[in-house]
Amino acid sequence: MTITARKGDPMIIIATVTVFFMLGAAVSIFFFKDLMNAVVASSLVSLTATVLFFLLQAPDVAMAEAAIGVALVTGIFVIAIRRTERFEK
Amino acid sequence: MIFLSEYIYYIGAIGLIFIGLLIVLVKRNLIKVVIGINVLDTGVNLFLISSGYLKGGTAPIYSPGSDAAPSTMVDPVPQALVLTAIVIGASVLALALSLGIKLYDHYETLDLEEIRGQRW
Amino acid sequence: MRDILSFRGFVALFLLGIIVAGISSAVGQIPFGQPDSEVGQLYLENGLQDTGAPNLVTSVVAGYRALDTLGEVVVLFVAATGLSAVLATSKRRVERELEDASLVLKTGCRIFFPLILLFGAYLFIHGHLTPGGGFQGGAVIGSAFLLVYLGCSGRRVSADAAGAIESLSGFGFVFLGLLGLLVGGSYFLSNFLPKGDLYELISAGIFPLIYILIGLKVGSEFAGIVDSMIEESK
Repeated sequence: MTITARKGDPMIIIATVTVFFMLGAAVSIFFFKDLMNAVVASSLVSLTATVLFFLLQAPDVAMAEAAIGVALVTGIFVIAIRRTERFEK
Repeated sequence: MIFLSEYIYYIGAIGLIFIGLLIVLVKRNLIKVVIGINVLDTGVNLFLISSGYLKGGTAPIYSPGSDAAPSTMVDPVPQALVLTAIVIGASVLALALSLGIKLYDHYETLDLEEIRGQRW
Repeated sequence: MRDILSFRGFVALFLLGIIVAGISSAVGQIPFGQPDSEVGQLYLENGLQDTGAPNLVTSVVAGYRALDTLGEVVVLFVAATGLSAVLATSKRRVERELEDASLVLKTGCRIFFPLILLFGAYLFIHGHLTPGGGFQGGAVIGSAFLLVYLGCSGRRVSADAAGAIESLSGFGFVFLGLLGLLVGGSYFLSNFLPKGDLYELISAGIFPLIYILIGLKVGSEFAGIVDSMIEESK
């Protein structure tokens, strides 16, 4: 069973927009001087990756990425930044 | 549109791998480098999951009342691998950050060029 | 901006361009949407009869590849141990003023903390029926403890209790495996309990037990990681 992509397939459009949003967030990590902004951008990358995992029919992985990538890793980064310094020179 | 439907997930995954490696190579701030490793990790996971995707497939979960056949389900093996890889990635990242905190305690800086011999 | 325009930035871009071109030309050969994995097909076709778990990802994680899962739990344990060993000798120099959490955060923490714990427990108890499982449930429980550190000022995770839960659940995992070796069959972690009825909560043999143990272990591990990272900066 194969489904060929129709013109204007809604899932492909959602996936495309999400991928470009994700890449934009990833590029913005490079340019932020404030590490707190960079951490929030990296959690945005994880959030959009969650959407992509869900579109790829992997709900288990989407759930793990949402709990770990968005919540826990961000929290750990914020604690680490608080214990060191916030701005990149 | 056909090109996008074939390659958009690979574009995302390889783009994340590229940006993550670029951050790891170029940046000098240690926490920024760890963020880059995190992005790289997400890209690799996305690539693995999209390699197991079946077009028009459903999630590999049976439910009462649905007639999903095994031949229309996506591959469960990459999903199981990535599931554990995400958890391991988070804990290893915490370990890397704790090493960074110790380096900051010792050198009072996060700059890898000031911490001797750490950068080309 | 400055660092990408340096000599080092250009060299890194050049090398990464070569790497990405190589990866892309290889990946372009893989047709998207047509997985060609015999072991995946085998698990898909026999998973329901072999294990009795409707969620096939669970049957791979806790059934077919349970030994790998044990190894991954060990890696998690080693990472958490290394973290607390690294941070154990850390000393504080600057005493920082701590602001009290706002009323919204405090009340929200008090109300949502038990609910988040309950949701985590739901995820790993129903892991063999619905999406979710030990790793996701454990992560949700870990993030509940993160909320405690943000909102309920002054409350701490008891390090002893976290350690005890963690080692008991790890021990329980190995014990279940050895019991399977003795009772059920000829291999480690064999599914020796009856499979029960399909789509029932108590079914699929030892899978719910394994996922409960993994969930407790991952949850206490992450709570311990958050605790030992936040410890000195209190």
